[in-house]
Amino acid sequence: MRRICLTLVGIYLLFLHAFSQTSAPQTAAPQTTAPANDTAYHSRKLKIDEVNLVSSYYWQNGDHSAIEGGIGSEKVTDLANGLELKLAAYDFKQRKNHLTLGFGLDHHTAASQAWVSSTGASKTGGTRLYPSINWARENETKGTTIGFGAIYSSEYNYHSLGLDAEFSAKTHHKGEFTAKLSTYLDQVKEIRPSEFNTVDTITNTTGGTVTYTTASGKTVTLNSGTSYTEETGKAAIPGTPRDTYTASFSFSQVINTRLQGVVLLDLVTQNGYLGLPFHRVYFADGKDTIENLPSTRYKLPIGIRLNYFLGDNVVLRGYYRYYTDSWGIHSHTASLEVPVKITPFFSVTPFYRYYTQTAARYFAPYEKHTESDSYWTSNYAYAAFTSSFFGTGIRIAPPAGIFHSSLKTLEIRYGHYTQTTDLVSDVISMNLTWK
Amino acid sequence: MKQNTRTCQLFIAGLLTIVMIGACTPVKEYQKNRLNDSEMSLSNRKVEKNELNFQSYREGSAGANGGKTGGGCGCN
Repeated sequence: MRRICLTLVGIYLLFLHAFSQTSAPQTAAPQTTAPANDTAYHSRKLKIDEVNLVSSYYWQNGDHSAIEGGIGSEKVTDLANGLELKLAAYDFKQRKNHLTLGFGLDHHTAASQAWVSSTGASKTGGTRLYPSINWARENETKGTTIGFGAIYSSEYNYHSLGLDAEFSAKTHHKGEFTAKLSTYLDQVKEIRPSEFNTVDTITNTTGGTVTYTTASGKTVTLNSGTSYTEETGKAAIPGTPRDTYTASFSFSQVINTRLQGVVLLDLVTQNGYLGLPFHRVYFADGKDTIENLPSTRYKLPIGIRLNYFLGDNVVLRGYYRYYTDSWGIHSHTASLEVPVKITPFFSVTPFYRYYTQTAARYFAPYEKHTESDSYWTSNYAYAAFTSSFFGTGIRIAPPAGIFHSSLKTLEIRYGHYTQTTDLVSDVISMNLTWK
Repeated sequence: MKQNTRTCQLFIAGLLTIVMIGACTPVKEYQKNRLNDSEMSLSNRKVEKNELNFQSYREGSAGANGGKTGGGCGCN
């Protein structure tokens, strides 16, 4: 009897519980979970899609420093770091919006930088900061994406503002076409080698205190018998503009179940101050001057990449690029990477890159230019040379994350680079991805 | 002569594009397991980003690889 009564009370309480819920209040706030009915969709809040950290340590050595006119140490170290935060959200039309926030921090040391001063007393290090923002909207129904981006870069002698706009569309044949317009609006600080700065010295030879105005317009007060020296190159260093405009096009295509490729084309035009004001050039008579390059440059690189899945565990990633520009440089680049999938989530990737270029028509080594030349540079980046870059990388990407954490991908890569100009460098890089 | 070389290079790039499209065989979604592998991605690896920058600083050419084409720093 007691059991029956308790059972009846329990059933009665269940009925009461079923009718105790009240309907939710009508508000304009979007819901983040299941829609109220089968056909209505609601916007999702902005959420973190992915976080990437890329760090590299680079070191090099050589003996053709452009600061010393094509001779001298090219010893450089560079620690480069980039953090990227990718956020995603759907809008009211169910288009996926991507917001990418980036922050870069590089610190370098360069032995030749000490010789911007003719006494070797200039500082040898520098830091570059470069924040960036990029927004893209993907329409999955139409297969199109539009995007806009901006980046700002700042270092002691160089400031840059970059802007870009991008459009991509999928084709009916499993291909994708992308067009991107970008510009860099830069300011180059005219820091000259010290021997080219004008020195202005004022000496007070009177019996009392006198106020003078220097050649740059600065006011100084000197006591009797004292002097003030001003290097006009340091007092007020002007900035000179350098602008770069690029139209980039790419077309990717799935060819068959194992092969896909992409063709890339850039049309680049640069104008403004295209050299660097602290690069020296020595003429054949021993007299030195500052690098002098044309104020316009047009570039045309064309590249193709083909990836082929060989067997069950090996991928062949091939790349070729031809480059030509209005300064007379023609180059060929060819590289091959062979990722070997040891397990589905662990791969080892040896790689090799070959590069060869002709010299720019304005390049000549130390003490080979003459004053009758129209332009002159001894920067060995513009010399004729061949280079090799080889190394290997590993990639770990288990689907459950590394040690079951939110760290989804770990990549480490090492490469050794040599040029026939005797420049040698090494770089080790790491990429971490959290999702 | 240089104009002819440039025209020839552009022609070859266009021809390669047409050959790529023409050589295509239809691929169904369930056949894309190899194509969707992360090692088959047509873009550069994230870990290569700084390598591409260092190469553009030390060499006279840049571009057509998803990296810098010029500007943005005191280099090419």
